[in-house]
Amino acid sequence: MKLEQARILEHRDFRGGYRLLVFDCPAIAQAVKPGQFVHLRVPGLDGSVLRRPFSVYKADAECFCILYKQVGRGTNEMALLPAGREVSIIGPLGNGFPLPPPSTLPVLVAGGYGVAPLYLLATRMDRTGLLFVGGRTADDILCTDDFRELGWDVRVTTEDGSLGERGRVTDAALDPWIAAEAQAVEPVFYACGPDGLLRAVDTRVMQGGWTGWLSLDKHMGCGVGACLACVQRVRVDNGESQWKRVCKDGPVFAAGEIFWDYGVKADNACAGRGNGNA
Amino acid sequence: MATPDMTVEVAGIRMRNPVMTASGTFGYGPEYADLVDINALGALVVKGIRMEPWEGNAPPRMVEVPGGLVNAIGLQGPGVAGFVETYMPFLRQFETPVIVNIWGRTLEEYGEVAAAFDAVPGVAGIELNISCPNVKEGGIAFGTDLKMAASVISLVRRRTRLPLIPKLSPNAASVDAFAKVAQEEGADAVSLINTLPALVIDIETRRPVLSNVFGGLSGPGIHAFAVRQVWDAAQAVRIPIIGMGGITDATGAIEMMLAGASAVAVGTASFTNPSTAVEVIAGIEAYLERHGIGSVRELTGGVVMP
Repeated sequence: MKLEQARILEHRDFRGGYRLLVFDCPAIAQAVKPGQFVHLRVPGLDGSVLRRPFSVYKADAECFCILYKQVGRGTNEMALLPAGREVSIIGPLGNGFPLPPPSTLPVLVAGGYGVAPLYLLATRMDRTGLLFVGGRTADDILCTDDFRELGWDVRVTTEDGSLGERGRVTDAALDPWIAAEAQAVEPVFYACGPDGLLRAVDTRVMQGGWTGWLSLDKHMGCGVGACLACVQRVRVDNGESQWKRVCKDGPVFAAGEIFWDYGVKADNACAGRGNGNA
Repeated sequence: MATPDMTVEVAGIRMRNPVMTASGTFGYGPEYADLVDINALGALVVKGIRMEPWEGNAPPRMVEVPGGLVNAIGLQGPGVAGFVETYMPFLRQFETPVIVNIWGRTLEEYGEVAAAFDAVPGVAGIELNISCPNVKEGGIAFGTDLKMAASVISLVRRRTRLPLIPKLSPNAASVDAFAKVAQEEGADAVSLINTLPALVIDIETRRPVLSNVFGGLSGPGIHAFAVRQVWDAAQAVRIPIIGMGGITDATGAIEMMLAGASAVAVGTASFTNPSTAVEVIAGIEAYLERHGIGSVRELTGGVVMP
């Protein structure tokens, strides 16, 4: 974990309402593992005390990239940042995804910009696999060309049917594949997206008796495990459960571990990964 | 000229400078250790601890608002034994004094926790939390009633030889009366302020954003109020005051000291910039040099009132 002043190398429209930010920051770029995130202080956001967390989409020896969508005050202010500007960033943070065991088939399930950390994961694997990616419309389907270039089998769904199969990614694409093909292989699931998607994947992984990893997108305070704002109820041994810090103990949790319904109301506080703050 | 003397002694605790971390904003020490030189801090104050582990509130626990944030973490913590086992070996590596913030659900529990820490090597002092707004029992219930404040401070005073620093509530009728009670009951210093009572509403659902409904406001928006509270308390007592509330830079810290604080704590600003405390230390030193002031202790109460 480092606190860096990272210079913006490139900042441009990506697709739909999404934007790409490239930082020149070797210390974080070289250290980041797939599924980890960075905590970014948005310059010019006066009166704002919290940083904004973003998953890392690409990283090499010099630079790393994040994807974000303008959805609120924080991300609107971010959209104004020019190349050359320095931004205070803490990272890499969180635990990240484990790589798949030998002879398993990686199956990635992404909702919207949740595809970003899964792409970094795919680039670090010694094999290709399947990507199921869903969104509301074609504009929300990102990075599919990246995956195809790596040789991945990409299956797309949109809720309005504007690209790929119509429907939700779990019902319209993942379920038919599970029914037809999952028994013939040894899949390991990796999912990133809204809670609804993660929960749907969690259920399927548990039903199949497989291994799966879910990356939670939770509103965060400090990002380093100090403030205890971003807690998620998680099952531990002998039927007990406890709070885990999504920023420090996560954001990646094993399928079967999350206690989804434990006293949690609609989460609309703080700053969410990738979606800024209202 | 010579380098200014940054050392202070507050509640009998010698610190290399007057800048501490505020309870609940710096975890138990290891969380920020990659980013902040703990040995550079005046003192490290850990998150509130009661006798047994405590679950805290359900999420959402925090929401950002203009000028700060509102939290209702609810004092989640590992309990005395869990804290001592998990964190004290780490904290003992540093020269920086460690102050434990303690609370209890009952008067008796406050006493037990204080007594338990008396036997723990490496603990330099006790900050007595009688001002947390986010737990149903304990916390603020003891900090907004003069008689209850007196009884808990007096009990804890009898149960520990460690320096005792009650953390006062900004939600009481008059902070000076509580500061006086603390002094009379044997406190070695007082710290203030804790968070201000707050409510954030989601206008689309018309429901409170935090699961606890109410929370505590912290951040730069409360700073001027905190400076006034420190000044009020400083008029009332001889014991030292540790000032906190919305400090983001050296200016805010110096202001707090001029109002009467002998030391200060950085809280919410550590979330924004983990280096804040270290930058505040450097900024105070530069201010002393610029004004030819030999010791940081000369700042305390130095405000010139018309």
